[in-house]
Amino acid sequence: MDSKLGKSWLLAGYIFLYLPIVTLIVFSFNDSKMVTLWGGFTFKWYGVIAHDTEVVDGFILSMKIALLTATASVVLGMLAAFAMVRYKSFFGRTTFSAHINAPLVVPEVITGLSLLLFFVMCERLFGMPERGIFTIWAGHTSIGMAYAAVVIQSRLLEMDKSLEEAAMDLGCKPFQVFYLVTLPLIVQSIMSAWLLTFTISLDDVVSTAFLSGPGSTTLPIVILSRARLGLNPTVNAIATITVAVVAVGVLATSMWLSRQEKMRAAEQSAAYREGMQVVEA
Amino acid sequence: MDIAKKIEKNRFLRFLKLDWGKRSVIGIPYIFLIVFFSLPFLVVLKLSVSEADGIHYEDLTSYVDGIVNIKIKLSNYIFLSTDPLYVETYWSSVKFATINTVICLIIGYPFAYFMARSSPSIRPALLMLVSLPFWTSYLLRVYAWKGLLDDHGVFNNILMWAHLIDEPIKMMHTGFSMTIGMVYTYVPFMILPLYANLVKMDLRLLEAAKDLGATPWKAFWLVTVPLSKNGIVAGSMLVFIPSVGEYVIPELLGGPSTLMIGRVLWDEFFSNNDWAMASSVAVTMVGLILLPLVIFNKYQADSGGAKGV
Repeated sequence: MDSKLGKSWLLAGYIFLYLPIVTLIVFSFNDSKMVTLWGGFTFKWYGVIAHDTEVVDGFILSMKIALLTATASVVLGMLAAFAMVRYKSFFGRTTFSAHINAPLVVPEVITGLSLLLFFVMCERLFGMPERGIFTIWAGHTSIGMAYAAVVIQSRLLEMDKSLEEAAMDLGCKPFQVFYLVTLPLIVQSIMSAWLLTFTISLDDVVSTAFLSGPGSTTLPIVILSRARLGLNPTVNAIATITVAVVAVGVLATSMWLSRQEKMRAAEQSAAYREGMQVVEA
Repeated sequence: MDIAKKIEKNRFLRFLKLDWGKRSVIGIPYIFLIVFFSLPFLVVLKLSVSEADGIHYEDLTSYVDGIVNIKIKLSNYIFLSTDPLYVETYWSSVKFATINTVICLIIGYPFAYFMARSSPSIRPALLMLVSLPFWTSYLLRVYAWKGLLDDHGVFNNILMWAHLIDEPIKMMHTGFSMTIGMVYTYVPFMILPLYANLVKMDLRLLEAAKDLGATPWKAFWLVTVPLSKNGIVAGSMLVFIPSVGEYVIPELLGGPSTLMIGRVLWDEFFSNNDWAMASSVAVTMVGLILLPLVIFNKYQADSGGAKGV
């Protein structure tokens, strides 16, 4: 395989991946009602969405739900990952692992439909819950915790267990071991799981459409209903803001993560050097 | 055998003996998923065989004059398996998902291969560029193709401006636009597991093949491809399974000729308000994705676990 073919294949692939995003951004600055005909540069669509209560309210609601979802997903996902990695045999382990992985493969139309019918049944029986933030949160979290469990599980698997054992030998209680040894070692995977579930929730439209009530329209629902009707410059403006926020967020996090990684490596080698000096003396 | 040993033998009793810390580590996520994932699916299963009129449904069992009646209605399933439109929809969902998987493999395999063979210093950047679109809204990325493929969209405008065509080519709301949207959305799911697999390959095997007289092309087919089988299977599953149940892409980019089961379920629920029918469609859909999963699991068990994922 010659490198010329390789380079052009990669280049073509990246153009394919980024072309739609670039056009979205370019046409958000287009001063023309016809979304795809260039009519001069403008910021007016940003002004329009800033005063569009449907968009602003939807955005605030989406952020709230994403915060709640990401936090709950990480906590539940971490427990599930621990259960899978640390307890090799317990009653119902196979069903447990099936339960954790199933939300990853079941299409969202099914997750949404079944949760909605379940909540409707509960409402008929107990008079609650009403469709709104809680029902959307439950749907997002059952999907999000599966992703969080996968991310944290892979980190736990590659973690050196002897560090925990050493802490226990030195007299740490189980909770201290977790807090002082395990948690600092897996904190990066927890961060990335949090970000991942946050974006999944922020972006989710299918299960949300089933689970949202009349007063709880999230931003993706607003986008979907506008995109269905055709091209709309306000959608382009929303897209540009999303892309900017995500690019900054992902870059900042990955820089932070790589700095943490370097610091940890430096600390480890320093500890190792000290240890060697002690041994030599 | 004394009681202590018996308890050791029985996994359920052993579970009861666990301390509260361990019990809650397992129990809390388990209970959450049972309540918010499994129970709801049982409700769907029940509703799919209930006598229903729109959004009102009867209980499966009734107790009248000391007689327990159990009524199971199979007509929804009979309708699903005989109605030509539904059969056509299932067939077309599988068809589009298969086409999508094959195209993703054709584009994604060389892409992952060249990524894995590029110099180690630029690999993290290349990898990040593949996963970055993941982080931006999938809905917005699908919408973006509308602007490109529309009758008055960017592609048609450029072609008209260059006088290559006189009238816009109809690309939107066809099988073409939907396939492009699907490939665009799912190709990273193919690239990432393949890359993870290919980057770990021992390159000395290729040198050995070369020393034994194989041409680079032959070495590729006889050494690289078989070694990356796990990555191929994992990637294909990650593409095929979610694309069978896809809703957003057929809704925004598809047309009357691109029947997809996820969209039919949605319409059955939101437009026709037929909850029982929507439930039956959901149950059959699970069957449709369960089949490849069972094959995948069996394959994984045979090959001792896919290391590519």
